Amino acid sequence: MEHIEFEYPNAQRRITNRAHVGVVGSGDMEVLFEPSERAGAHVSIATSVNGFRGAWQAVFDRFFSKFDGSVRIQVNDAGATPGSVLLRLEQAVEALGQ
Amino acid sequence: MIETIEINVIPAFVNRGSFIELNGRERAQALFDKGSWRELVGPFDRIESPWLPMQGVAPQFDDGCIVIKGRITGKPAVAISLEGAFQGGSIGEVSGAKMVAALDLATIDSRDGKPTAAILLLETGGVRLQEANLGLAAIAEVIASILELRQYAPVITVIAGTVGCFGGMALAAGVSSYVVMTREARLGLNGPEVIEQESGKDEFDASDRALIWSIHGGEQRVGMGLADDLVEDSVDGIASAVQHFVTAGKPTQHRSEQVELYRRRIASLDASSQIDPLALREQWKGFNSKGRTR
Amino acid sequence: MSEHVGLRGNAWFQALTGQDEASKEDPASVLTAEVMIGDERALFLCVIPNPGSRFPCVRDGQVGLEEGYTLAHRVREALNADKDKPKSQKRPIIAIIDVKSQAYGRREETAGLFLAAAASSDAYASARMAGHPVISFVVGHALSGGFLTHGYQANRILALDDAGVTIHAMHKEAAAKITRRSVDDLERLGERILPMSYNVQDYAKLGLLRQLLHVESLIEPNQSEVDEAKNAIIAAIVDARKGPPDLGVRRQSPAAQKSRKAGIAARALMEHEWKKV
Repeated sequence: MEHIEFEYPNAQRRITNRAHVGVVGSGDMEVLFEPSERAGAHVSIATSVNGFRGAWQAVFDRFFSKFDGSVRIQVNDAGATPGSVLLRLEQAVEALGQ
Repeated sequence: MIETIEINVIPAFVNRGSFIELNGRERAQALFDKGSWRELVGPFDRIESPWLPMQGVAPQFDDGCIVIKGRITGKPAVAISLEGAFQGGSIGEVSGAKMVAALDLATIDSRDGKPTAAILLLETGGVRLQEANLGLAAIAEVIASILELRQYAPVITVIAGTVGCFGGMALAAGVSSYVVMTREARLGLNGPEVIEQESGKDEFDASDRALIWSIHGGEQRVGMGLADDLVEDSVDGIASAVQHFVTAGKPTQHRSEQVELYRRRIASLDASSQIDPLALREQWKGFNSKGRTR
Repeated sequence: MSEHVGLRGNAWFQALTGQDEASKEDPASVLTAEVMIGDERALFLCVIPNPGSRFPCVRDGQVGLEEGYTLAHRVREALNADKDKPKSQKRPIIAIIDVKSQAYGRREETAGLFLAAAASSDAYASARMAGHPVISFVVGHALSGGFLTHGYQANRILALDDAGVTIHAMHKEAAAKITRRSVDDLERLGERILPMSYNVQDYAKLGLLRQLLHVESLIEPNQSEVDEAKNAIIAAIVDARKGPPDLGVRRQSPAAQKSRKAGIAARALMEHEWKKV
């Protein structure tokens, strides 16, 4: 079990909605998006698959290169692929509507 | 104002209105009058299992149990839905506690003059083995709480598939006021794998799908009088069945109270060889049975 | 898996009631007796192995179709007989428990074993809800569906403090196979994860037990142990009568407040949010 955290201080745009997407099935994940109380965006991941910090970093770097929002993101993961992770994040943004 | 949105991730072109394709949250939401419902102790409250991370298993923010309160055909109701894709819908300390608490609160409201039906969406293998004794204890408490509530308002179990309802939670189905199943759904105390494991392949070949459905499947269970309603896998069909039973209210007698009827049925079973399921359906139709069977 | 499963139940039932045979109308696997405990009559029930059962999958003491419906029948008989009596006179119902598990059989599944289990659970709970003190005394194994059927609806649960006593969701060998671990691995997990432990002293830390009783003898209790058990059961009866007829007490002990923190928090939050809808 690993806990991974990232900070994206340049994500400044104010967000007021929240969203939840996904189910923690095998090979899947769930994610919460909430307005952040502090400046920037803050990501916290709990994953049952160890050793992929680099892959998570790459996915979130890519995500925040397109999404500017001061959000708190929290993930529970049971082995989603980077492609699935990105899809879930995009679904969350769609649900957020902001 | 913070707005929460859950999205249905199934693209419209494959959405035939299938209930089975919905996740646990969507299934519960689909049962309620539009705009009348709210989720309680949901994922944003983050009450997770304390035991799963200790074993390297990823938890879920709602611990796999979704509680939605609102109105069905204008009547107060609560739906308690198990997410079959998370740990097989199994009961842990937190998911069990949420189910028990929601049932107890419905009982308190019902006693206070506001009858509140409970709909249990059971996709579950029973106890979560990673929480063993707390899961088992929770199931005993779920059974107790159903028995309290059903005195005042109907407790409607819906089993749609694909996980089905097995293990200790099959007793929850057994003490419910009504049980609604699809053809795809299955209901039994022991699943085929554990029977094969404990009693051998001759006793139960877990790879024989026809055998499995002939014993545990929705059509057989309803045909046996062990469940009340066989419905097509559609959101409208299942929502409609639930509305029907919410409106019907308490049954005249609960299935799990019909001890004399079932003692007679079991006494006349020929146990000298395996029992033909279809023949048993016919045999039991011959017995005087109270309660509804469609 | 202890080879003594079922023998302790028989021995303790006999020691507490003086009887060791089922009624003529009942299957040989379900012992029932109405005898005095303290100064009142109580109904004692026990499920034991019946090697001669016409159902092959219950011959080692598993709880099957006949067992479930017989338990339900006998408990409801007592419930009906006392239905007009004041609460203080409703007879205690004492479940002596040493059950391997539920029956794992095709006949059982075909004929709806889940409902037999539900019917028995319903009967015990209905008796409790009507005001009968329902006491469970675990003297051997209390596992999964067997325990849900026979004993887990009790007001108060007592257990012997002994390595031969196991309360759990699935017996070790089956749990090992289905989780693809070794039995050793499972036992080690149980040392770290309290609810997974097979040790009854760890079970006691969950806050669900009223009392653990110490015994010296492996199967046959001596007279002082029987007297101690009787006194413990009588005290449990008195305590059960004092409290409400629901299972709330299982969340309230100091041990439960510690071991069931997350569940207790979920319940408190549910109560808080329910009122707002």
